[in-house]
Amino acid sequence: MAEWTEEITHVAGTDLAIIKGGQGKPLLILHEELGHPGWMSYHQALAKDRTLVIPIQPGMGKSPRVEQIRTVHELGLFYLWALRELNLGPIDVLGFSFGGWTAAEMASADSKAFRKMVLVAPPGIKPPDGDIMDIFAVTIGTQLNATIYDAEETPEFRKLYGGERTPEQFEAFEEARTETARIAWDPILHNPSLPYFLQGVRGLPTRIIWGREDAVVPVSAAEAYRQALANTDVQVTIFEHCGHRPEIEKGPEFVKLVREFLA
Amino acid sequence: MHLMYFTERPYRDVPEEEVIRNRSFFGVPNRFYDPEVGARLYNEYLDEACYAEEVGFDGIMLNEHHGTPFCMGAVMNVEAAILARITKKARIVLLGNPLPVVKNPVRLAEELAEIDLISKGRLVPGWVRGAGSEQIFNQANPAYNREYFNEAHDLVMACWTRPGPFRWEGKHFNFRYVNPWVLPYQKPRPPIWIPGVISAETVVWCAKHRYPYVGLGTALQSTVELWNLYGQTAAEEGYQAGTENFGYLQQIHLAETEEQAQEQGKAALFGGGAANFSRPEWTLPPGYNSKEATRRLARQATDYGFLGITSEKLKESQSGEVRHIGLPRDKKDTRARLRSGQISIEEAKRKIYGNYQKAQDGLQIIIGTPKTVIPKLKLIMEVLRPGILGLFQAQGPLTTEQRLTSIRLMGQEVLPAMREIARGLGIVDPFEREPGSRPHISGTSYEPLVDLEALKRAPTRDESVRV
Repeated sequence: MAEWTEEITHVAGTDLAIIKGGQGKPLLILHEELGHPGWMSYHQALAKDRTLVIPIQPGMGKSPRVEQIRTVHELGLFYLWALRELNLGPIDVLGFSFGGWTAAEMASADSKAFRKMVLVAPPGIKPPDGDIMDIFAVTIGTQLNATIYDAEETPEFRKLYGGERTPEQFEAFEEARTETARIAWDPILHNPSLPYFLQGVRGLPTRIIWGREDAVVPVSAAEAYRQALANTDVQVTIFEHCGHRPEIEKGPEFVKLVREFLA
Repeated sequence: MHLMYFTERPYRDVPEEEVIRNRSFFGVPNRFYDPEVGARLYNEYLDEACYAEEVGFDGIMLNEHHGTPFCMGAVMNVEAAILARITKKARIVLLGNPLPVVKNPVRLAEELAEIDLISKGRLVPGWVRGAGSEQIFNQANPAYNREYFNEAHDLVMACWTRPGPFRWEGKHFNFRYVNPWVLPYQKPRPPIWIPGVISAETVVWCAKHRYPYVGLGTALQSTVELWNLYGQTAAEEGYQAGTENFGYLQQIHLAETEEQAQEQGKAALFGGGAANFSRPEWTLPPGYNSKEATRRLARQATDYGFLGITSEKLKESQSGEVRHIGLPRDKKDTRARLRSGQISIEEAKRKIYGNYQKAQDGLQIIIGTPKTVIPKLKLIMEVLRPGILGLFQAQGPLTTEQRLTSIRLMGQEVLPAMREIARGLGIVDPFEREPGSRPHISGTSYEPLVDLEALKRAPTRDESVRV
């Protein structure tokens, strides 16, 4: 039996590809800036007792671009609309990197849409120390490599995005990078207004997860997020010897943490 | 035939090692910039333009790049404004203003109108999308590159041709009160030419607007294909394209003797030449290419020398450093150090300059005396039949005297010969015949634009060689 399915649903005024897998209460997963990385071990583990709902961001994969979405905040408004139409709220949300930023934007607009929120190394807030990597000014390969602290110790890194660099995958990467650039080029991968609006988030238990050696979004941003979310219950977990992908760099610990938090 | 002089106005005193180590002219740290040198060079280049006019060029072509010693024309319109005053009759050809990086197209319309007025109608503006590095330097979203280009173009045209005041509410630009008091001297607007290197989309766009298309040193074989695409589109638009619709730019260096020319001409390869204009990640930022162009890129390693893209670099762009995964971090850093020093600077230079003869064989550069240069230019003219031809003074650390000698020889011997050849070939330029003014008879095929027999005599360019 297939572990997951992908279906196109007409929602929020557009077609939206949604990957679903697992069983149990739904868990919304918002993928990162290069698109959905494929069905990884952490998906498999989380799907044991949760139904994973993974929308493919408009403009990537089989989801057509929505021209009216011109900022990450507007992307958040789009997903909130989709959740309402799909009767999925309040729902637990797990956002990776760009998807984490999107989840934070959604929470700032309507924190009641979520039950619990997990943000994994999101850009979106300017780090107090260090810069968010300019992923638009490097090659895809450089960007991918920068996401991992120790590739040799991260066997699943080779399986990301199917593991092969075919012309089709190159195109998919370019499409995803284009869409990310389109809505987050300037300022570079952050929204200066987000910290202010996150202060309005209340009653939304939140867990922020980061890798100490994150080369894409400096770990200092974790504290900035914690402070911005001070009016709700928020905790930060930092993995040592870990880069921008704790979900595969520290797979078992990551899954344990998320499951316990969402339980 | 319109013959124009062009130089990138390079900052010629940058250490070559820095360019090679950086693998790109763009991004060489500006601590190597000396304002004394810059001041001298800007003035020399202005004098050079006047000299080019004096020896017989019909036009002075300028271009714009940012953040690179490859070209000092960061604010081309300033140079153009000065030339408007200090030259007498030459056309001032701007190829071109990078529309997508212009945040205020209304101001651009005003700047260009001032230049046209000061020069009493000698301005030929042109538009470009800007290399990828220009988007990065100017914080212009590459995913909107084509949209910015189109809307800025339409807004500049509206400024020049639509009576004000009016309101402009577009997707990317909003102006509450457009009423420029400064309007161009030429009516209904200055003639517009468009330069290009790779994009079929741009060629089609030019043909639809009846703008002459100027190929920037592109290989003859592929240029012929672009010309035909233009001609086909023109026919569909109801007009017959001709020599007045096309231009070409050729890098060249002349000296009194063949030996001198060959020795000096190596300068064109300085720092890796245009192949090192920019790294692939800066040349093709996300969204800069259309989906279709990305698809083509993903499947065929086409070489685009003027943009600094080679098949080798493209491969790197596609696969990046993924092939290196598995190396622990400390080894990675060592590798990074090794990568720049893997081969010594001397070896890198040997590799660069080892291509000198091949670059000449493939006409990427033409080096020599008038006697050896003219037949090569004649071949290009026979194949492409361009109404506009730009002679691009070779890049690199030539001395001022060497450059002026080259210009003098162009004026004394090359330009008269080219005019004679053009007459023989029936080549007319856009000032002699309005581009798009000849109707096409529907149902017939368009008149040939290129000479395919002459193309058979043209050398095949080794695309791995970049200048």
